[in-house]
Amino acid sequence: MKHWLTSTALALCLATPALAQEYQPDPNAKAGGSITVTYKDDVATLDPAIGYDWQNWSMIKSLFDGLMDYVPGTTELRPGLAESYTLSEDGLTYSFTLRPGVTFHNGREMTAEDVKYSLDRVTNPATQSPGAGFFGSIAGYDAMATGGATELAGVKVTGPLTVDITLSRPDATFLHVMALNFASIVPKEAVEEAGADFGKLPVGTGAYKLGEWTIGQRLVFEKNADYWRDGVPYLDSVVFEVGQEPIVALLRLQQGEVDVPGDGIPPAKFQEVMADPEQSARVIEGGQLHTGYITLNVTQPPFDKLEVRKAVNMAINKERITQIINGRAKPATQPLPPSMPGYTEGYEGYAYDVEGAKALLAEAGVAEGFETELFVMNTDPNPRIAQAIQQDLAAIGIKASIQSLAQANVIEAGGAGTAPMIWSGGMAWIADFPDPSNFYGPILGCSGAEEGGWNWSKFCDAALDAKAVEADSIADPARVADRMKLWSDVYMGVMEQAPWVPVFNEQRYTMKSARMGGADALYVDPVSIPVNYDYVYVTE
Amino acid sequence: MPVYLARRLIQSVLILLGVSLITFFLLYVLPADPVRQIAGRSATPQTVANIRAQLGLDQPFLVQYGRYLAGLVQGDMGRSYLQKTEVATLIWSRLPASLLLMAGGILCELVIGLTLGVIAALWRGRALDQGLMVGSFVAVSAPQFVVGLLLLYVFAVKLGWFPIGGYGTAAHLVLPAMTLGILGSGWYGRMMRSSMVEVLRADYIRTARAKGLTRGRVILRHALPNAILPIIAMIGIDIGVFMGGIVVVESVFGWPGIGQLAWQAIQRVDIPIIMGVTLVSATAIVIGNLIADLVAPFIDPRIRLR
Repeated sequence: MKHWLTSTALALCLATPALAQEYQPDPNAKAGGSITVTYKDDVATLDPAIGYDWQNWSMIKSLFDGLMDYVPGTTELRPGLAESYTLSEDGLTYSFTLRPGVTFHNGREMTAEDVKYSLDRVTNPATQSPGAGFFGSIAGYDAMATGGATELAGVKVTGPLTVDITLSRPDATFLHVMALNFASIVPKEAVEEAGADFGKLPVGTGAYKLGEWTIGQRLVFEKNADYWRDGVPYLDSVVFEVGQEPIVALLRLQQGEVDVPGDGIPPAKFQEVMADPEQSARVIEGGQLHTGYITLNVTQPPFDKLEVRKAVNMAINKERITQIINGRAKPATQPLPPSMPGYTEGYEGYAYDVEGAKALLAEAGVAEGFETELFVMNTDPNPRIAQAIQQDLAAIGIKASIQSLAQANVIEAGGAGTAPMIWSGGMAWIADFPDPSNFYGPILGCSGAEEGGWNWSKFCDAALDAKAVEADSIADPARVADRMKLWSDVYMGVMEQAPWVPVFNEQRYTMKSARMGGADALYVDPVSIPVNYDYVYVTE
Repeated sequence: MPVYLARRLIQSVLILLGVSLITFFLLYVLPADPVRQIAGRSATPQTVANIRAQLGLDQPFLVQYGRYLAGLVQGDMGRSYLQKTEVATLIWSRLPASLLLMAGGILCELVIGLTLGVIAALWRGRALDQGLMVGSFVAVSAPQFVVGLLLLYVFAVKLGWFPIGGYGTAAHLVLPAMTLGILGSGWYGRMMRSSMVEVLRADYIRTARAKGLTRGRVILRHALPNAILPIIAMIGIDIGVFMGGIVVVESVFGWPGIGQLAWQAIQRVDIPIIMGVTLVSATAIVIGNLIADLVAPFIDPRIRLR
């Protein structure tokens, strides 16, 4: 850490205010022991360029490291494999200095060449990385994406442990992108040896290495004794058992066979668990960067009329909907969740007002209401929430028929723009990284409104898009407040045009066994779900 | 016989071709795009187009199907879209668990079904018989996920006799095999009852009794072997029912077989896995039926294979 913040005369920026101090270790932590985590579904892949679901995201985080990282339990950036970095005066070139002496699980030392290889690999179309688009601001990305190049022009190795990354435009989110799993550093020889099976034979620099993987049954992560962060991980191993229904996992937790049910507390058992003081004491609640919303397709009449969209916003009783899910959420007023930077404090949103909504419908010329369709994913509790929405709409004369479909079919209809209304439950946006820009482009911006995109409202406002670009070009950490003000304006602009009904922000509940220790924040870690495996420990 | 066998084998191949064509077509017209599932929510249109082209999903239906068949003939079932692993590897690593579960299930249904069928036949028309037949109706109609959870709750959670789901030891097998076997035991119980009733009326049974053999000896040595044969022949045909059953039972008990694999793949539109499991199951059913037909003449000489 001594070299962190070592400055040069050219350095414009040394550390952003978001860059935090090193994590304070838990004085009670004990080394040793093993925990068992269960999941219903198989682990798809542990290739950091490919893995993109909530199950493998935190697992990959424990096997691999990127240049940047987050302070455990928080959304604050901290240096990872990069010991320090400087940003050029034009805000376009990041010069990273790597930590010396870091080894991969195969024993080889990590160098700047590995950084270049990893970024080239993730942006190469042949890798089929779902996260390739996150690297769009690196110079030369477009040539990679179209197959015109096999190396990113913007990534230059300047020494054994130094690498320069040049952007084609200032990008305030770039350090967050470097903390994404997709930006993990992988060793070329291991990737080439494993070929298409790298996701089953992962080799990284992370706190754990893969010990055993019996397909369909279990994975064992073993402690990386040579891990470059001192003192962690605490656990000797983490055992992931797959194929376990959430209800069965809960029963096994109650019998002391399981430490963390990875899929959470099954909704049907939630009240029972919370009513039992012994069990509820082991449930940790936290916020998450999630918003559940109803999209209103602005290209389909009558939702092309602003008054109609506002009326729908006023007709929805959000309090009642949170009750349907046993209060596991808080009513939302705007697209951003409250714990996200750029959230507009004090904004009340559209208040629940049936008479006001009717008046707006009359203004729009549809006083007698109309018929429409509400698409919803077919797993509990979403159909029940859709019924509540249906009743609220009926109260102002809108007759919505519910289309309850499998997730893939709803996403298809949303992308194609054939769905007038969609309840986002089960598919709602959860931030990839804690920055307001991540809630805009794909789901509210013009780029996401294209055929197949996730902007299911097909809402596209060029002025707001321009403002978003302006905000993200403020890479100067001294101007973070200006940037957040711009983002706040963008989302307020969205609310004025009401393409969404923001309904609620879901809370997270992680249950653990009595023997598990570590700060509560580790169990509701915003980037490691369900828990941050590197920092939790067992007390017996 | 060789002619019969050759004809049946050709038929089997045609059936499997038909199954593959229909399944492939249904997955093709499904209003859900596998590329979206692979590309994820943050992908740019360009990434989506790249992946579509690399997987050949931008090709017309017949080209895609032709390529799949060409791979299949060479023993290549493709790679899972989401797990990026060879489908053959995934299926092979899970097949032993499914076969073990099926074996356990068949054993359970035979032991329970045949025992109760014989008892019902011997006490025909009495309260015991009627009670058992009502019970068999319940067994046949009870949904397997309900039976599974019920057994799990009573014998694993409350009584603690068996582990709560999982795989590995003989104790792990008992509850899932019971769940799978209970449905079939209802059918077998009823079939065994009528078969036994019929045999007990036969002339040779009367002869045996007239020779002065004890009732127990007549039932065990003469009636049972004859009554059981036609039922054993049914097992081959039963494999289809089992293939459906393992999807549910494996999911409830966390049993790492191909049923669980299929269930997960369906939810994620992982077409190569869905195709692979469907074809393996169809092959098992076709082979089961073939064996049942081939064995039939040995059991009942009145049946001739033509």
